[in-house]
Amino acid sequence: MNDNQGAEMAQAAETDSFVAFERVQKSYDGETLVVKDLNLSMPKGEFLTMLGPSGSGKTTCLMMLAGFETATHGAIKLDGVSINNIPPHKRGIGMVFQNYALFPHMSVAENLSFPLEVRGISKSDREDKINRALDMVQMRSFAGRRPAQLSGGQQQRIALARALVFEPELVLMDEPLGALDKQLRETLQFEITNLAHELGITVVYVTHDQTEALTMSDRVAVFDDGRIQQLAPPDELYERPQNSFVAQFIGENNTLEGVVESINGNQCTVRLDSGDIIDALPVNVANKGERTVVSIRPERVEFNKERLQEGAHLLKAEVKEFIYMGDIFRTRLSVAGNDDFIIKTRNAPDQRRLKPGEQLEIGWLAEDCRALDA
Amino acid sequence: MSDASTDPDKIEGPTPDNAMRAAKAADDGPMLAADGTPLKKSLAKSLRVQKMRALILIAPLLIFVLVSFIAPIGDMLFRSVENQIVSDTLPRTTARIDEWDSASGETPDEALYEALFYDLFVAEARREHTRLGTRLNYEMTGMSSLFRRSGRSLDDISDVYLDQFEDLNEAWDEALPWAELMGDPDWIAEQQAFDEAGEDGRMPRFELREGAINEFPNAAAAYETFARFSQTEEEDSPLEEEPYGLVHVALYKDLTENGYSQYDGPRADLVQEADAAVDGFESIGFKEGMIEIDEDWGNPEIWTTLQMYSPDYTTGYFLNSVDMQKTADGPALRDADERIYGLLFQRTLFMSLVITFSCIALGYPVAYLLSNLPARTANLLMILVLLPFWTSLLVRTSAWKVMLQQQGVINDVLVWLGMIGDGSRLVMINNQFGTIVAMTHILLPFMILPMYSVMSTIPPSYVRAARSLGATPTTAFRRVYFPQSIPGIGAGSILVFILSIGYYITPEIVGGTTGTFISNRIAYHISSSLNWGLAAALGTILLVVVLVLYWAYDRIVGIDNVKLGG
Repeated sequence: MNDNQGAEMAQAAETDSFVAFERVQKSYDGETLVVKDLNLSMPKGEFLTMLGPSGSGKTTCLMMLAGFETATHGAIKLDGVSINNIPPHKRGIGMVFQNYALFPHMSVAENLSFPLEVRGISKSDREDKINRALDMVQMRSFAGRRPAQLSGGQQQRIALARALVFEPELVLMDEPLGALDKQLRETLQFEITNLAHELGITVVYVTHDQTEALTMSDRVAVFDDGRIQQLAPPDELYERPQNSFVAQFIGENNTLEGVVESINGNQCTVRLDSGDIIDALPVNVANKGERTVVSIRPERVEFNKERLQEGAHLLKAEVKEFIYMGDIFRTRLSVAGNDDFIIKTRNAPDQRRLKPGEQLEIGWLAEDCRALDA
Repeated sequence: MSDASTDPDKIEGPTPDNAMRAAKAADDGPMLAADGTPLKKSLAKSLRVQKMRALILIAPLLIFVLVSFIAPIGDMLFRSVENQIVSDTLPRTTARIDEWDSASGETPDEALYEALFYDLFVAEARREHTRLGTRLNYEMTGMSSLFRRSGRSLDDISDVYLDQFEDLNEAWDEALPWAELMGDPDWIAEQQAFDEAGEDGRMPRFELREGAINEFPNAAAAYETFARFSQTEEEDSPLEEEPYGLVHVALYKDLTENGYSQYDGPRADLVQEADAAVDGFESIGFKEGMIEIDEDWGNPEIWTTLQMYSPDYTTGYFLNSVDMQKTADGPALRDADERIYGLLFQRTLFMSLVITFSCIALGYPVAYLLSNLPARTANLLMILVLLPFWTSLLVRTSAWKVMLQQQGVINDVLVWLGMIGDGSRLVMINNQFGTIVAMTHILLPFMILPMYSVMSTIPPSYVRAARSLGATPTTAFRRVYFPQSIPGIGAGSILVFILSIGYYITPEIVGGTTGTFISNRIAYHISSSLNWGLAAALGTILLVVVLVLYWAYDRIVGIDNVKLGG
């Protein structure tokens, strides 16, 4: 992300932003930056996910927002007010921790009562709110239990209820579903998004699971190397990755390397290292002769010539492996010197099943093949 | 969609669990294993081998502990009630002392004095009377010297008779006539053979001749006691050793009570001669004689004490341990100036509590800091905490002596700084202050270690969660961190309190007179006054106090809440 884009984002942050990071930097040791010049703006009610590999700075950003880490440089604003110097307990931000952090010496009801008690809310109001919060997560009957007597999923629901019980406008979640099994995780993903939309709360959600990020979020911020690589709604992130990191990180992806042969508005041709020429959409290449990595999603590769545009460039391919996966077929091809070129086809009645050793020609729509930074 | 729906008890329809339940409901008998034996039985059988193996593994330690730890402690605790020394040493006296009414204020009758004389005479010969005197001296001062003095002068009474018998016939002061008079002829032959052989080994055991005990009820019993004693303790042949004066006393009694003109047993000549002469013998009453030996024997209080401590088991040591004593009217508090153990117990408990709380106050912040530091730094600092363990306890305690004494480092520095005058140096050693300071220092690691291991298992996310929920740092600590660190405090406190309640060396060195513990008194009774019974009673009380406190702790805090780590 260059300075130009950063400035644009900072500007966007000023208009209609509830949570804003403005040129935030963070260093622990004074030598390396964990978070580099972060700009981010969120409107009220948005469900934003910070996604990235471990060590990418996403959790640090969350901790800075919660107030457990201080920004080395820059401002973090909540509802237009800088909260850099406000201690965590005065920020009024709900938070769900990775291991739930339910207080083991208190019952479920006492855990929920805690944020209300420290706010000096009267006993009858507390009971109302606790019951309402427990109803939200369908855990009313567990009020008297200790956290140790609950399963992981139940603890997760209680942690969520506790973060919501004092009605914060902003809720932070730090990999809350990381410790659960797949099926439970999917149920809870659905529940959390529904709850967030029903209550109209703003959520910042941290995860390293891209499926979770894509299914839950309004927008996803992909972190790498202390920067936001791309901030976009899930579909845009998947279909129109801005750089090769995002393209690689989100979903499955075929890459081919080459040099820009010609460029004409939103269409370009690329000469691959194998000598073949393909059509592509110039995303962050500007000039002829630049090296580029082109990225094509496996499901956008087409071998049925009838569905391709007239005059499109085609590539020769050889089938290496055919994998039956039930709903889809996954076929591994050797294309332009790349032996790991994957295509996915839907298991439809009229779908052809390719056989290993079969020779064929493949192609794609130019806008599906994105020429990215090398 | 609640997780409760996955509870096996709630799932309906065919599941393995439900099938088994249905089978059980069908024939309401016990669950059977595959081979038809009851499941419980076959389970117990399969576990037995495991249990046996576990038992074999722990057996060496178990035996070691039983033999070298449990048994001696049990024996020691038993001493706190054991009192057989009185009845063992004074069998005749204790057998009839209950006939005497201590409330009468009168001295006992002649018969009891006679029993006492017999017992004391035998005890003196065995040199056991001083031990008994020492024992009874715990209960009443003066007993020890009374027994010692009496032992020396018992011959004053017996010699009266011995001399008269000897004047009558020299044979009465010789060994052989007595042996012939009392001994079984077979035994005499065996003993003679043994004496002639001159070998080492066991002498043939003395046996009274048949009928001797009927003819001379007192003298035969007295002679038998003498002969056995002579054989086993002195290893002298009764055929060669002239008997002690007690037999003459007993013989005089027999001669005066029975007629012997018809006697035709061995040495009938001697007996008949004595029987004829005995009416002219000068006699002396035992009561009169004993009181003459020592006038304390005329003091009913001495007899009261003897009576109270005549049973085989006594509560005397325990009463003594709580500053009480036996009186004729039952247990009563001692005089105010003789009370010492109550004060010592109170002081021990109080100081142990002060030491425990000092350790909590000093140790908690250290443990907190250690558990929140990066592992490397924490390990380095932990070495500093453990450093005292690598130094001898005596060295550390002596170092405190150097630091705290009036000419010591701290006083010198304060004087040098002008904060106190040279004449008014602080007294910080040989008192409670010294003991508390030194023991707090010595026991501190025992507090820090369990606290640290508990605190390092408390994830930082709990406090963070509390902060994010709106708690100030103080509230988050008070309501979230502190409650979770209580198990560590509990474990540390129990450790420190129990260690300090029985601590001995440090109070001994730096405690002076006001800073010593009950354990110092126990040690004194074990090694100096040799009153092991009292030491055992004090130790038992200490043990009970610790157990009661432990029980109370379990009721209040819960022993499950004690964690040494993990």
